[in-house]
Amino acid sequence: MSPLVPDKRYLAPALVTMVLLAGQVTFGFLESWSRTVLAIVTAIAVEIVLGRLFRGRWPHLASAYVSGISVGMLIRSPAFWPYALCSAISITSKYVLRIDDRHLWNPSNFGLVAMLVLAADTVAGLSVQWGNTLLPMAVVWVFGFAIINSLGRIHVTITYVVSFVGFALLRAAITGHPWPSEVAPITGPMYQLFIFFMITDPKTAVSSVRGQSLVAFLVAAVECVFRLLEWVHAPYYALFVVGPAANLVEMRLGARRGAAAEGAPAAAGAGQDFAAKVAVEPADVRRRPSTG
Amino acid sequence: MTPYARLLLAAAFVAMLATPALIRRFGPGVPVAADAADAPARYGFRLTEVAKDSGIAFVHEAPVLDPKLAHIMPQVASMGAAVAVADVDADGHHDLYVTSSGAGAKNRLYRNRGDGTFEDIAERLGIADLNHLDDGASMGAVFGDYDNDGFEDLLVYRWGRPELFRNEGGRRFTRVTGTAGLTPWANINTAVWLDFDRDGRLDIFLGGYYSETVNLWNLPHTRMMPESFEYARNGGRKYLYRNLGNGRFEEVSEEAGLVSTRWALAAVAADLRGTGYPDLFIANDYGVSELFLNEGGRFREAGRETGVGYAPKSGMNASVGDVLNRGRFGIYVSNISEDGILIQGNNLWVPAEADGRLAYENLARAMGVELGGWSFGAQFGDLNNDGHLDLYLVNGYVSASPGDSYWYDFSKVAGGHEVVIGDAANWPAMRDRSLAGYQPKKVWINDGAGRFVDVAQAVGATDRHDGRAVALADLSGRGMLDVIVANQRGPLLLYRNDVAPGRNWIGFELRGSCRPDSPPASCTNRSGIGAQVEIVWAGGRQLQEVSGGSGFCAQNQRPLHFGLGAAASIEKAVIRWPSGAVQEIVRPEINRTHRIEESA
Repeated sequence: MSPLVPDKRYLAPALVTMVLLAGQVTFGFLESWSRTVLAIVTAIAVEIVLGRLFRGRWPHLASAYVSGISVGMLIRSPAFWPYALCSAISITSKYVLRIDDRHLWNPSNFGLVAMLVLAADTVAGLSVQWGNTLLPMAVVWVFGFAIINSLGRIHVTITYVVSFVGFALLRAAITGHPWPSEVAPITGPMYQLFIFFMITDPKTAVSSVRGQSLVAFLVAAVECVFRLLEWVHAPYYALFVVGPAANLVEMRLGARRGAAAEGAPAAAGAGQDFAAKVAVEPADVRRRPSTG
Repeated sequence: MTPYARLLLAAAFVAMLATPALIRRFGPGVPVAADAADAPARYGFRLTEVAKDSGIAFVHEAPVLDPKLAHIMPQVASMGAAVAVADVDADGHHDLYVTSSGAGAKNRLYRNRGDGTFEDIAERLGIADLNHLDDGASMGAVFGDYDNDGFEDLLVYRWGRPELFRNEGGRRFTRVTGTAGLTPWANINTAVWLDFDRDGRLDIFLGGYYSETVNLWNLPHTRMMPESFEYARNGGRKYLYRNLGNGRFEEVSEEAGLVSTRWALAAVAADLRGTGYPDLFIANDYGVSELFLNEGGRFREAGRETGVGYAPKSGMNASVGDVLNRGRFGIYVSNISEDGILIQGNNLWVPAEADGRLAYENLARAMGVELGGWSFGAQFGDLNNDGHLDLYLVNGYVSASPGDSYWYDFSKVAGGHEVVIGDAANWPAMRDRSLAGYQPKKVWINDGAGRFVDVAQAVGATDRHDGRAVALADLSGRGMLDVIVANQRGPLLLYRNDVAPGRNWIGFELRGSCRPDSPPASCTNRSGIGAQVEIVWAGGRQLQEVSGGSGFCAQNQRPLHFGLGAAASIEKAVIRWPSGAVQEIVRPEINRTHRIEESA
C-alpha cells in the first residue's frame, strides 16, 4: 500500500474518535474521560494479550480501539468496573465464540448486551446526549456516511434507516402512539453509533451485498418486534439475535454449496462464486477494515 | 489454539460473565436485612409511623392542568407535596405547614400541641386556601422572619403567583404579596430565604421550573416540555428579591449575577467557603447543577470550575451536611436510577481543596449513597445521635398500576430530538401506567468511617408512596429527630424516632439580634438563617448552618441538632453569625437545646 493512501482500517477508528470528540467538546456527553479511557485501554490490552497467547501474533488494534471507544460511549454507569469488564467481555467474545474460525457477534454488541442483562443494577445504555440539537448530529451523519461509503457498507446503513422509519410508522399505527415518538429514538446519538459502527461491522456480517441489506432489514424488523414488547434496548438485542443467526445461515449454506460444488464441479455457476467467497473468508476477513 | 488453551479461555470468559453477580453478592452496599426487632440495638434508633395517632390525616391532591396535557397528566403534574417546619406561634414547639395542589384543596398548618398531637389551624390563620385554577397550585413553602419581628413569616411558592404572608404575632397571617412586589406569575418549584447581602434582612430566592411564560391551565399549544432531557435551557427564570426593609422587595437577579433558565427543582443556600456570605446551589432537572458563589453580594456561577456542573442529570434535591465531620459542607443531589434503563446515580459532592480553590468530588458511590431509585427529597440529620450525619431519602415518581410500566415510552421520547421531546403532543399516553413507582425509601446511616448503610426497612421506614419532601424536626423535644414525609397524591407521614438509650445530643436555637427598626448590616436576621455552629468534641467536630429551606420543597426545624454518641461533654461550640460576630461557648451542657440570642 502506498504511504500516501490511508489504510482503510483506520477510517472507522477515525470516525468513532470524531464522534467522541464532537459529543464531548460540544456537550460533554461522556460519563467521564477516565471511564472511556479505561474502556479503550482494557479493550486494547485484552486484544494484545489474547492475540499473543492464542494466535501467536500481534493483532491489529483498530478493531479493539473501536470496541473500546464504543463501550466507553454506549454504556452508562457511575462505577468504573463495568467499563473495563464490558471491554474485556467484548474482545474475549471474539476469541471464544467462534465457529469455523469466525466470530459470530459484533464484539461491542455482545459486551453491551451481556452488561445490560447481567449488570442491570449498575449499567444502562446511552440514552440521550448531543444536547438533542441538529448540528453535532449532522456532522456525524455527514462524516459517517462518507466514511462508511468508502468502506463499501453504506447500503447497510441506508437499508437499516429506511427500514427503521418504516417500522416506526407501522408501530405508530399499531400502538396509536404519535409517530414522532416512534421515530424519536433514531434521532438520538446512540443510533449514530449503532448504524455506523455496529450493524456495519464486516467481520460479523454476511458476505454478499444483498445479504447484508437483508440482515439490516431483519435487524430493524426484529427490533420492531422487541419495541412492541417494550424492550428499552431493542436495537442491541435485535442485532444480538439476528447477526449471529445470519452468519450461521450463511456458513451453513456455504458449506452445503461447497459440498455440492465438489460433487458436481461442472454445475457450480453462481453457487461456486459464493462458495469461493466463503472459502476465503478467514483470510479475507482479516484484511477487512473493522468497525468494531 | 490448543484444546487446553481453548478451555482456559472459555473458563476466563465465563468468569467475566459471572463477575456482576459476584459483585452483587459479595461487594459493598449489600442491603441490610429487614429485621425491625433489634433495630435500636443494631442501628441506634427505630422509626414508627404515627401520623394518624397524632391527629394528622392529610392526603396530597395533585393539580389538574390544561386538558391538552391529559394524556401525560401524572408526569407533568407530579409535584406539589411539600412540608416546612417552623414554630409559628413561638410557643417552643415545631409546627408543620404542608401543601396540597389540586384546585380547591386546602393547605394545612398543623400546630404542635406539645403533647404529641397536632391540630390544623391553617384556615383560621388564613393560609389554607391557596389552590385555584386562576392563580395557581401550591408547590412548596418556606418560613423566614423577613420583618425581624420575632415571628416566622410564610412564603408559599406555586405554579402561578407566589404568595407572601406576614405573621401577625402568631395569631394570623396577612397576605402582603402585592406590597412586597413579587412577580405576578411564575412556575416556581424551589425557594429559599437567605441574607445574600448580609444586611440583616432576609431576601428571597425563587427558582422557576416551567417557563414563566407558560400558564399550565391555559396552554395555547403543547410545546412547553423541556427541549432536551439533559441540556434543557428553556425552563423558568430565577428571581432574587432583595429585602428593602419596609415590607417591599426589589428584584435584583440580573444585577446580582443570578441568571439562568434551567429547570430548577431544588436550591440550598449555605456559606460553603467560610466567606460569611451564603453561596447558592441549584439542582436542575434536565441538566447540570449550578453553583453560584457569593462574592460580596454578587453571584458568580462556578459549576464547572468546582466540578459540580459537568455531568447533566435530573437534579431534584439540594441539601448540605458535614458528612465527614471536617467542618466542611458536602452537597447531596438526588437524580434518577432505574436498573438497566437509566443509571444517573445521585451525587454527594464533597469539598476538596485544589490549589486553594473550592473543588468538589462526587463520593456518592464510594460512600454508598448513590442509588436511590427515582430520588426526590433528602435531608441530613443525626437520626441515631451517634455523632455522624445520616441521610433520609424519599423517592418514587408515579405509582399507578403496579404491573404496567411507562418506562419504555418515557425513554423512547426522552432520547429524541428537541422537536420531539419538547412537544407534549408527541408523548405517548401514560394511561394508568406506573413510572418508577412503589420504590423502597433509603435511610442511610453514616458509620463515621466514610460509608453509609441503608437500614430503611430494618428501622421501620417501610412506606412505598411517591415521596417528594422530607423534613427533620424534634417534634416532642426529646432530643431525637423525627421525620416528616410529604407524598405526592399520598398521605403525610410522621415517623416518630426512638433513639436507643445512652446516646447524647445537644441543640442550638439561634436568634439574630435584628429588630424591625435596626439599621442595615448591623445585626443578624431574627430567624438566624445563615448562622453557623461548629461543635468540637471527643477529638472531632461538626459544622451545621441554619437554613432557609433545603432538600426538595422542604424546610427542617430551625434549631440545629447535634448527636454526640456516648460523649458526656463537648469541648466548645463556636457560633458564627452572618453579621460577622463570633461567639464561643465553652463546655455547654449537653442533652438540652440552648437558646442563644446574638448580642446586640
